[in-house]
Order: sequence, then structure tokens, then C-alpha cells
Amino acid sequence: MTALHIPQSVFDSIRAHGEETYPHECCGALLGNATPEGWRVVSAVRAGNTRTDSAHNRYHIAPVEIVKIQRDARRQGLDIAGFYHSHPGHPARWSLTDLAEAHWLGCVYVITQVAHGKAAVTNAFLLAGPTEEDKHFEPEPIEIAK
Amino acid sequence: MKIFIPTPLRPFAGSQSSIETDAPTIAAALDQLTSSHPDLKKHLFTPEGKVRAFVNLYLNDEDIRYLPEKEATAVRPTDTLSIIPSIAGGLPPRQ
Repeated sequence: MTALHIPQSVFDSIRAHGEETYPHECCGALLGNATPEGWRVVSAVRAGNTRTDSAHNRYHIAPVEIVKIQRDARRQGLDIAGFYHSHPGHPARWSLTDLAEAHWLGCVYVITQVAHGKAAVTNAFLLAGPTEEDKHFEPEPIEIAK
Repeated sequence: MKIFIPTPLRPFAGSQSSIETDAPTIAAALDQLTSSHPDLKKHLFTPEGKVRAFVNLYLNDEDIRYLPEKEATAVRPTDTLSIIPSIAGGLPPRQ
């Protein structure tokens, strides 16, 4: 069974990001390495939410920002392990929109519920499935590394 | 030119994070890529041969959709092509 292994400081930083952008959604990328036990995250990179038209319930990261994040990750010997975003005032469950617009198979999507400006539950989901047509989210346990 | 393969497509590219091509254009480079790794094709292109809507292709830091010659753009050995699946999501309006 795999899990998302993430340092406490990184876990705290993505939750803090959700509080800072509340009542809008935050978003960013998680960098790390794939292991047989699951992704081992090393750092998180904040990204801008381009959906300024509907930032309370949508997020979108500009692809050019990912080009740059990926370039920096390569220099550090890291890969993009997945992405995180917040659900302001809504549970930390993936939505149909999240699934429809998720395309990084094998990567983790971390969602933090932010209630009244405070980070509440954080959950991780692995985008599983061999192809775009049969992709689905599977809950991925979060293991906080010391 | 070096083509950078994103994490989700590496299983279909021999687990490689980048692949070198010597093609003269973006389109020819994509042809080389999918010829040497045929399993990539359905992840990048529709059955009609168009780049799938959620697949973004960046020549260096430029979205190829906005290059004057798009996929016919000539490339140099020092260029890089990044394949970037879209990243988006959120809550339904009434959720």
C-alpha cells in the first residue's frame, strides 16, 4: 500500500497557503521522488490561480508556470509529484470538476478544506488508471515525515 | 531538441524523463517521439491526429498554439519541448 510521504513543514505550508488565499482557492505543485512506498514529497511550490474570474470555486495553474516549476525541479533532482489546492468552505473531497480536469495520472492531488479562514481537513488522492478514459481518484493516506 | 516527458507519461516513454530528437520541426519531433514510443500517441493525440485539448506543448517558454507557424515551427538542437497536461479543478457552482 502506498502513501503520500510529506514533511510536516511542507504539509503546514500548503495548509497555510489555503488560509492566506481564503475565500479564494489556492494552488501549487508538490515536488518529490517516486518510491515503491509512494511519492516522497520534498517541497511545495506556490502557483498563481489564473481563474481570477471565479477564484472562490475554481483553480487553474498556467502551463508556463509548470514549465518553470518542472525546470527548477529537474535541477534539484526532483519530479512533479502532484498538486494541491483548497476548497474554501467545502469538504476536502474531490469534486467532479476536480476529476474531469485532472490529467496527471499517477500523481497525487491534495485538497485542504478551509472553513471560516482556517485550514481544517487535508486529504490526498492518487489519480489512478492507465488512461485518461478510465482515470479515477483513489484515497492516498498521508504520512507526515518528521 | 530535447523533449521533456511529464511524470504521468513516463511509463509510456520507457520511464525516461527526456528524449532527444533530431527533427527539424515540432511536428516532426512529435512524429519521432510517437514512432519510437507508440504508446504515447493516444495520450497526446485524438484519433483524428489533433493534440488533445488538455495537452499543452511549450517550445522553451512559448505555447506553440501562439507561435506563427505552430507545429510547423523549425527547431534548433538547443531548444526544449515540454509536454504539460493541464492543471485545474474546483467546486461546482452550487456545491
